[in-house]
Amino acid sequence: MGDCSFGITGKDFVILASDMNAGRGIIKMKSDENKIRALGPHLAMAYGGETGDTEQFTDYVERNMRLYHIRNHNALLPPAASAWIRRQLAQSLRSRKPYAVNLLLGGFDTTTSLPHLYWIDYLGTKADIPYAAHGFGMYVALSTMDKWWFEGMPKEKGVELLRKCINEVQSRIVVQFNFNCILIDADGVHQLDLSASDPIADLSRAPEKAEVEVPNPIIAAPA
Amino acid sequence: MGSPMEYNGGSVVAMVGKDCVAIATDLRLGQQSIGVAYNFDKVVAVNDKLYYGLPGLATDVYSLREHLRFRVNMYRMKEEREITPKTFTHLVSSSLYEKRFGPWFIEPVVAGLPQPTELDPHPKPFISTMDTIGCITTPKDFAVAGTAADKLYGAAEGLWEPDLEPDDLFETISQTLLNAVDRDCLSGWGAIVHVITQDKVVTRRLRSRMD
Repeated sequence: MGDCSFGITGKDFVILASDMNAGRGIIKMKSDENKIRALGPHLAMAYGGETGDTEQFTDYVERNMRLYHIRNHNALLPPAASAWIRRQLAQSLRSRKPYAVNLLLGGFDTTTSLPHLYWIDYLGTKADIPYAAHGFGMYVALSTMDKWWFEGMPKEKGVELLRKCINEVQSRIVVQFNFNCILIDADGVHQLDLSASDPIADLSRAPEKAEVEVPNPIIAAPA
Repeated sequence: MGSPMEYNGGSVVAMVGKDCVAIATDLRLGQQSIGVAYNFDKVVAVNDKLYYGLPGLATDVYSLREHLRFRVNMYRMKEEREITPKTFTHLVSSSLYEKRFGPWFIEPVVAGLPQPTELDPHPKPFISTMDTIGCITTPKDFAVAGTAADKLYGAAEGLWEPDLEPDDLFETISQTLLNAVDRDCLSGWGAIVHVITQDKVVTRRLRSRMD
């Protein structure tokens, strides 16, 4: 519950942002922890929850997404990936030790050229929505998104909206947060530098050069 | 955490008419008092004569829907025919009772029109509802479930009458649902109504208060 993450879809992209705190209770041990993970060439998730569970679960998801990609020569599309992840959490919920992981799954469907965003909590609840928040963001920034989000947003407006949300969190929540942020579009997963005056301008860089580790297996086409 | 039945919110109502049935749901998905999504459809079609709604804990709504889709597909392949509303109700019921000591937090509502057969050429419209462990109730008038169930009982009790034609049934179920969910913090945020008749299903999306 100490976390805070946002997801925003637009015309041809999804933005995911997550806080970078790590710690326990009222103690902050780290403020530069990356809590966004790329799961494929056009898929990523921002996660939060019980530390340890989060790492275990995201590793598990990432490796399974990779396995599917290797076996089938095609990455799982966002709707299918969301269903698989949800099911893992739902099954885990009724096990001896459930994963306490909340996540926002963002992806770009290259077959339809549509962005997808899924709000998933540790119970296995899934919501397919255009903008979402987890943790503290739900209390203070959902209303900001209700007010400013609109259908078919361009990238610049998406970043502008994200900045409004982060501003709301930083002014209304006692805990101090740093945020890191990615953007997924038809070209793949890009790192967004929120400290830059125009983060979108940096996107012309190839996704390989972005600071995001994309599990993108190079597979020879079957003979 | 509070009760799992009230965690995500949402309500479903079904009504019997003259040779027709209707089933309606709200569209809210919440996390206690916070609204998360306004596109959470809790009613699913089995075929064009049989619909069911699953109000309750949202994770179980997905899990049970997936489970029932699997069971109905298996039934279809083995029997080479469509499942009847009554059989489907017993399928849902036994699926729920399977988890007797760690239940799905769902109170299903089933609504369907049975196909005429030689034995029963004029079957009556069918609705049923269950508790979380699968105890079946088969009312003659209406079935309600979800966080607005108590309000739905009041509204339905006052508005429903026997032998409503499809159009009047639509009006009755819509007014019942909208007025009930407006008195419930955890339901609302839009609604979907399906009216099932022998020759077609009419699905309408209702706009409602968004607070």
